[in-house]
Amino acid sequence: MSPAEGPEPLPTLLDEASARPRAPRPLATSVVIRFENVTKVYARGARPALDRVSLDIERGEFVFLVGASGSGKSTFLRLVLREERASAGRVFVAGKELGTLSSWKVPGLRRQIGAVFQDFRLLPNKTVFENVAFALQVIGKPRHHILTTVPDVLEMVGLAGKEKRRPHELSGGEQQRVAIARAFVNRPSILLADEPTGNLDPTTSLGIMRLLDRINRTGTTVVMATHDDEIVDQMRKRVVELSTGEMVRDQSRGVYGSDR
Amino acid sequence: MRLQFILSEIGIGLRRNLSMTISVILVTFVSLTFVGAAALLQGQIGKMKDDWYDKVEVSVFLCPRDSSAPTCAGGEVTEEQRQEIRAALDAPEVKPYIQQIYEESKEQAYAAFQKQFKDQFWASAATVDDMNSSFRIKLTDPQQYQVVADVVSGRPGVEEVEDQRRLFDQLFLVLNRATLLAGGLAAVMLLAAVLLITTTIRLSALSRRRETGIMRLVGASTLFIQLPFMLEGAIAATVGAVLAAAGLWLGVQYLVTDWLGSSVSWIPYVGTADVLTIAPVLVVVAIVLAAISSLVTLSRYTKV
Repeated sequence: MSPAEGPEPLPTLLDEASARPRAPRPLATSVVIRFENVTKVYARGARPALDRVSLDIERGEFVFLVGASGSGKSTFLRLVLREERASAGRVFVAGKELGTLSSWKVPGLRRQIGAVFQDFRLLPNKTVFENVAFALQVIGKPRHHILTTVPDVLEMVGLAGKEKRRPHELSGGEQQRVAIARAFVNRPSILLADEPTGNLDPTTSLGIMRLLDRINRTGTTVVMATHDDEIVDQMRKRVVELSTGEMVRDQSRGVYGSDR
Repeated sequence: MRLQFILSEIGIGLRRNLSMTISVILVTFVSLTFVGAAALLQGQIGKMKDDWYDKVEVSVFLCPRDSSAPTCAGGEVTEEQRQEIRAALDAPEVKPYIQQIYEESKEQAYAAFQKQFKDQFWASAATVDDMNSSFRIKLTDPQQYQVVADVVSGRPGVEEVEDQRRLFDQLFLVLNRATLLAGGLAAVMLLAAVLLITTTIRLSALSRRRETGIMRLVGASTLFIQLPFMLEGAIAATVGAVLAAAGLWLGVQYLVTDWLGSSVSWIPYVGTADVLTIAPVLVVVAIVLAAISSLVTLSRYTKV
């Protein structure tokens, strides 16, 4: 525990998590992600990947999700994307309860969420421009919209002039910038990042963090799962720590680990 | 943008799985050729029935001089018996079933016999008295054969009542069996086609998992993700159906119209017009096949 930056008095959420289920509170319009006593069990009888997690993330927040491998960070993000459904409890994203959201409305939900991953997930046989344009093409955006939006977002992520390159011709940092451009090109209200700097060296990581910070300052809520303690310590943003599926810390302007 | 994008996706998919695409085309081609052949055989049977049933007659053969039939115990048919049979056929309750009655004497029968078998050595041994005189009855409705047969068969002087339809029924039995065979083969081949299309779509979906993964992530609709795969299957199957129609067209043109039609010309044959009639049906069957396969596969492999 760092004495200079002690844990913020935010135990109310933790209290709620361990309390009995209560009547749902009205969803404040500023809350974009809410978990209410969310438990996720993948296989019957296994240890829950998430165990009675409750938290609110407000519009425009930047939240680090920290914890060891297997602590439930990715499960958290997959629940927000509705790639998984909660086994118990309720997940609200952008005002919708995902447990009752019919599957044909899931694409509409995902259009409001951008997602970035450690392994970039670019299409190797498409150019930088095509990779970003792909995200707009497949949701049926008209050509003129794509032709104006994609260069803008590429310039924003610092890839102007590299539109015709293919992913294998780019450095890791540049590839991640392409992935961020693709996630952000449709101006989502939420950006999820699952260890976006996991494959990058510290200097490159810093550049990516600046970019995410810039996106956050446009009003986009950013939730980033990470192992990178240096970055977390530098950014001084809200930190949510998970440990074997349980939320053990929720601290605004926090640092990576209390025991380092 | 959308249409162009979907078309390019389909193009990529078809090229990436070229050998599978070709095998889908071939299997649908063969299976639909059997489907078409079965349909054409049924068409052929229908045509022959229409054509022949109008011409067929019920023949009431009267006793010749030497006959072993019990109703001919009295020897050759007498004029009196002939009048009685004629009267029975003219009776008001039978009359409406009969269009026309034509009497053939044994001399006329002999002449026709000699004409038909003039090249056969045994024909010269027959005499006028070996021939039957007969009533040739044309029916208003060929299906009502039994009514007429019941009136005259068993009467003294009647050796045998013969419905010419029964001669054809043998042929139709053979053709119906052939239809069943073609239909059975078609069913097996159609099953193979469904399985193959299923596998092809699955391979195609697996080989583009990366793309579909990103599509799902950025919120593409399920239909948009699945449409290229469905259309790939549908296009391959439709090409197969068109090939099958073309094959049947050529088969009918060269085998039936040109070859059979010129060597055995007294039979009415199905023509290329019939092939054109069943071609749309084949295309529809192909599309249904592809749709079934897509539904089975895609719900499992490109789930949102």
